[in-house]
Amino acid sequence: MQDLLQQLLNGLSQGSIYALIAVGYTMIYGIIQLINFAHGDVIMVGAYVALGAALMGFGFIPSLILAMITCAILGVVIERVAYRKVRPVSRLAALTSAIGVSLFLQYTMMYFLGADIRSFPADILPERTYTLGGVIVTNKDLLVLGTTLVLVIILQFIIFRTRTGKAMRAVSFDGQAAQLMGINVNYTVAFTFFIGSAMAAAAGMLYGICFNVQPLMGLMPGLKAFIAAVLGGIGSVPGAMLGGILLGMTESLVAAFGGSMYRDAVAFIILILILLIRPTGLLGKGVQEKV
Amino acid sequence: MKFRGKWGKSVAFLTVMIFVLGVFAAGCGGGGDTIKIGVNYELSGQVATYGTSCKNGVMLAFDEINKDGGVLGKEIEGLVQDNKSQNREARNVAEKLVSKGVVAVIGPATTGNVQAEEPVLTKSKIPLLATAATAPEVTYDEKNKKVRDYVFRVCIIDPDQSQVVSNYLHDELNLKNGAIMVDKNNDYSVGLGRTFKEFFTDKGGKIVAEEGFIDTDTVFKPQLTSIAAKKPDFIYIPAYYNQVGMVIKQARELDIDIPILGADGWDSPELVSLAGVNNLSQCYFTNHYSVEDPSERIQHFVKAYEEKHGTTPDAFAALGYDAGYLMAEAIKQAGEANPQKIKDAMANIKDFEGVTGKLSFDEKHNPIKEVSIIEMVDGKQKLITKMQPVH
Repeated sequence: MQDLLQQLLNGLSQGSIYALIAVGYTMIYGIIQLINFAHGDVIMVGAYVALGAALMGFGFIPSLILAMITCAILGVVIERVAYRKVRPVSRLAALTSAIGVSLFLQYTMMYFLGADIRSFPADILPERTYTLGGVIVTNKDLLVLGTTLVLVIILQFIIFRTRTGKAMRAVSFDGQAAQLMGINVNYTVAFTFFIGSAMAAAAGMLYGICFNVQPLMGLMPGLKAFIAAVLGGIGSVPGAMLGGILLGMTESLVAAFGGSMYRDAVAFIILILILLIRPTGLLGKGVQEKV
Repeated sequence: MKFRGKWGKSVAFLTVMIFVLGVFAAGCGGGGDTIKIGVNYELSGQVATYGTSCKNGVMLAFDEINKDGGVLGKEIEGLVQDNKSQNREARNVAEKLVSKGVVAVIGPATTGNVQAEEPVLTKSKIPLLATAATAPEVTYDEKNKKVRDYVFRVCIIDPDQSQVVSNYLHDELNLKNGAIMVDKNNDYSVGLGRTFKEFFTDKGGKIVAEEGFIDTDTVFKPQLTSIAAKKPDFIYIPAYYNQVGMVIKQARELDIDIPILGADGWDSPELVSLAGVNNLSQCYFTNHYSVEDPSERIQHFVKAYEEKHGTTPDAFAALGYDAGYLMAEAIKQAGEANPQKIKDAMANIKDFEGVTGKLSFDEKHNPIKEVSIIEMVDGKQKLITKMQPVH
């Protein structure tokens, strides 16, 4: 029983990392229906910036802020350079461009910094473990889960309670109509990337502290987070969080019951099953045919 | 352009012949004043620190040899190529080296990459001296029960490591219940895990848990939680440092404070930063040598290496250094820089004194050498003992 609880907790901590990344994915998709494959790599850049800051002696919070600002700017630049022109042409063109950006970021980073694995200095986040009824929790687990929760709440607030959020939802509903109503579509999309990439940087730093930093670090978690976003209903921020945690827990339980080799396979089979039963994901809105 | 008719065909044939001869001439002619040795290593990618250390060791040996007048009156020229830690690249590099007319190749470092390279060199009849590829298969074709004539290695084989570590655990540390955790995507890791289980159970020990992971994993807590539930006395994790570092860190986070043991794949300065100094207490691994060894040969090497590269040489560097000298010795005994003769001379090497121990090849081209057992103390490697495996 205790082992089961520990396994669920392992899954929760892994899942909240997926959730943290998935939230950024789903937000960008929700607004412009673009699967931003470069999201995982923005995470990687964020992790490197934070690592660089930490190695120069900055503390946790300053490194985090520096990484978030850098990546927010990077996100806006990526949108301006790689997506804005192709976005109206076709979704496929934008998707292809996104894959290009992803590879560009990975290999540029590898060229300049090498493929070596790097780790954060241990004093950036002094390790603490807590034992609750025989179950062991680390402060990192709590930090990741807490950050995800706070970000989800902030995002829900921005999307549903602010003017810019209203504009985002309008653009998401119908870009052309929104433009006719006087909404600056390009500004709104850029703002979405600004927020999404800043969040990616936060995710990157936390991920880097837990699992180290290397140029291809964004690839697998990016893919898993994408699945988490689809699972939860792509476009839905709480859905992404739910999807991430579910995926993490499933993986952990499969690995626990002897199937560490089949972990990914089982996780993906569950994804397929859920999508067969609920094609829009757990919290996704039903697709309405536009007449 | 198309060649037609009787004349056309002859012209085409002649063209091809001239081209082929040209390639041959280029290949042989290059050997005029230097002896070309291919140096095929993992200089970037997954296991870049292994390959880079090996390469540094090999080149240091070549530098010293050339300073002392070279071999057979000629300088040795090491042609260094990066295989990016990928099997496919290791093969491409081998082909490139063959076309440049090398008489022998040193490297790569890891089993998988050597196995990818081997068919190319065997086909071209060029001897291959592997440095850190420890799987038995590398020099011996298990399927056809045949020694791979052109493949040699300077390192001990995997079963030597698992044999020594199981003796050490059972007889010295007195631990009887073990858990094994291997990288299922990696032949080296799987092979060590399997042979360790055989040796350890033969001695009367018990394996209470076996878990696996794959090389792209970053989370190991589910498996570690399962292992902890079986209450073993130790965990044996024969895998590469980049994963082992994270596994150890996560194990200690789960309050698993039993000894953790491994093999030469742990040997990297990165291990300490990945795992954390405190988490590495009660961690041991088997290795090819230790920088702490007071012997004059080893201390000369350590000093020369530190002067040149500014870091302490790890076992990979030591193996590379031995490979460089062993290659020179084989060429000297062959009497000329001819691949076939180098291969024959290599097979007859007896009691070659290297920094990683005294080396003679057994009939399967495997060196018989002592194995060092290293303990991590305050983030530094400490030589505990040396043990001789039984072949």
